[in-house]
Amino acid sequence: MAEPKRSRRSFLNYVLGGGLLGWIGSVIYPVASYLRPPAEAGGDVASVKWGPEGDFRPGTSAIVKFGRKPVLLVRLEDGEFRALSATCTHLDCTVQFRSDQRDIWCACHNGVYDLRGQNVSGPPPRPLGPYAVNIVDGDVVIARLEA
Amino acid sequence: MSETSKRGVFGWLDDRFHLAPLVDYMRHKEVPVHRHSIWYYMGGVTLFLFIVQLFTGILLLMYYRPGAESAYESVRFLMNKVPFGWLFRAVHSWGANIFILFAFVHMFSTFFTRAYGRPRELTWVTGFVLLALGMGFGFSGYLLPWNELAFFATKVGTDIAGVLPVVGDAIKVFLRGGEDVTGATLIRFYAFHIALIPAIFTGILGVHLLFVQRQGMHEPEFVSRQPEGEKRTMAFFPNFLLRDLFVWLIVLNVLLFLAVFYPWELGLEADPFASAPQGIKPEWYFMFMFQTLKLIPAHVLGLEGEMLGVLVFMLAGLAWMLVPFWEIRTRATGRLKPMAVIGFLALGFIVIMTIVGYLV
Ligand code: HEM
Ligand code: FES
Repeated sequence: MAEPKRSRRSFLNYVLGGGLLGWIGSVIYPVASYLRPPAEAGGDVASVKWGPEGDFRPGTSAIVKFGRKPVLLVRLEDGEFRALSATCTHLDCTVQFRSDQRDIWCACHNGVYDLRGQNVSGPPPRPLGPYAVNIVDGDVVIARLEA
Repeated sequence: MSETSKRGVFGWLDDRFHLAPLVDYMRHKEVPVHRHSIWYYMGGVTLFLFIVQLFTGILLLMYYRPGAESAYESVRFLMNKVPFGWLFRAVHSWGANIFILFAFVHMFSTFFTRAYGRPRELTWVTGFVLLALGMGFGFSGYLLPWNELAFFATKVGTDIAGVLPVVGDAIKVFLRGGEDVTGATLIRFYAFHIALIPAIFTGILGVHLLFVQRQGMHEPEFVSRQPEGEKRTMAFFPNFLLRDLFVWLIVLNVLLFLAVFYPWELGLEADPFASAPQGIKPEWYFMFMFQTLKLIPAHVLGLEGEMLGVLVFMLAGLAWMLVPFWEIRTRATGRLKPMAVIGFLALGFIVIMTIVGYLV
């Protein structure tokens, strides 16, 4: 006599519990998806033009907006261009070229890279990623390196 | 209608809500008086500073315009053109720091007097959550003026969250509103700072205060060992409350002094395409964690040092939050109390790492 009653009760508990779980899921899923921002356009550029080669003095540098990422463009004393990701591999600060030290420096935690982007001292765990620099019709153009 | 209606405003309310028992309860509430009574004021001061933050924060909202293009400009306008805008901004900024300071003092004082023990376990847990939320207030508010220092500090802070295994990246993207710190991050931090955190904080604060009112103040051990006749107490209402108000007045004056004589700087506007300047540092109450992370080598036992550090801090925080549940009890006569030693180690670690962080 008691048996069918109990199983009916536990059946109801399963239905109610399952319904509650489903309901919670159907609230959490859209909220979590909503909080994940959709990818914005403009992230995947292939190349960016800086300007006329003659305007870039040797021994100086510039930060170039490459899509949404900053790229460090350096012109060495001998006229050679180097382009490296300007995002420090430690904790995301933006690095700078130091002409007097002839290195690349991150002010946040004193991370130092050489002019090829190799991490030399301080906390950075990895080198800065390189970019290609081409002179196209007299203009300096930075491009993603073909992998 | 058997009751005869009472007179006056109180009578009218009492008729409907039965307030008399509450008033009676308050009247009989006593606060112990002893040589460590001063610590009983620290929670109240924290509460007062929270109210100051609410008030000045709402004033700032009248002019603040969130957004990467408008935030910095609106704060500059507020400081230069709006009458007393500089003052309310300075009070809010100083207040935030002193608020966290007092929350820390309050926490350690309840730790060392062992007020966290039975029956106040949940008072301690809710208090810890309040402090964590308070630090969230600080972290989110720091970015709002969109200046250079805050921009890079936020990049670093959110990147640290990203080192966590499995969930790290999702947390980073959630906090930043994207892969990078951009205007989208600013809008999110704004929502956290003025809506999400205040709502949760206010609810938990209500519970925390309810617990305190219900249970009354904790008597430290040396007081409870005194014979009943020697114990001294003070009525909560009005005696203790009036002293509370007096302490708040002093704190308000200190706050105003700081705000007037050391106004809060705005700095340079953030430029996501400029190199990080020197002097990027988190707010002082994050400094001890930040400095520790700096001292951990890049790789420890094959794990990334940063990740290890963050995990250890999370575990330590969890253990601290759950102190009432694993407390090491000793006989009252014992000389060296293990919990006191743990407390001094924690406090010493925080103080020393903070100082080291500012020296190097
Ligand atoms: C952040 C905002 C906070 C506010 C506004 C606040 C407010 C208060 C107030 C007004 C009291 C009563 C007076 C006093 O004991 O000083 C109190 C008591 C208490 N609070 Fe907090 N508190 C905060 C944070 C914390 C934190 C971080 C902890 C510890 C983790 C904590 C743990 C306690 C405990 C254990 C008591 C009971 C003390 C006793 O009965 O002796 N509170 N709080
Ligand atoms: S972020 Fe560059 S050294 Fe830390």
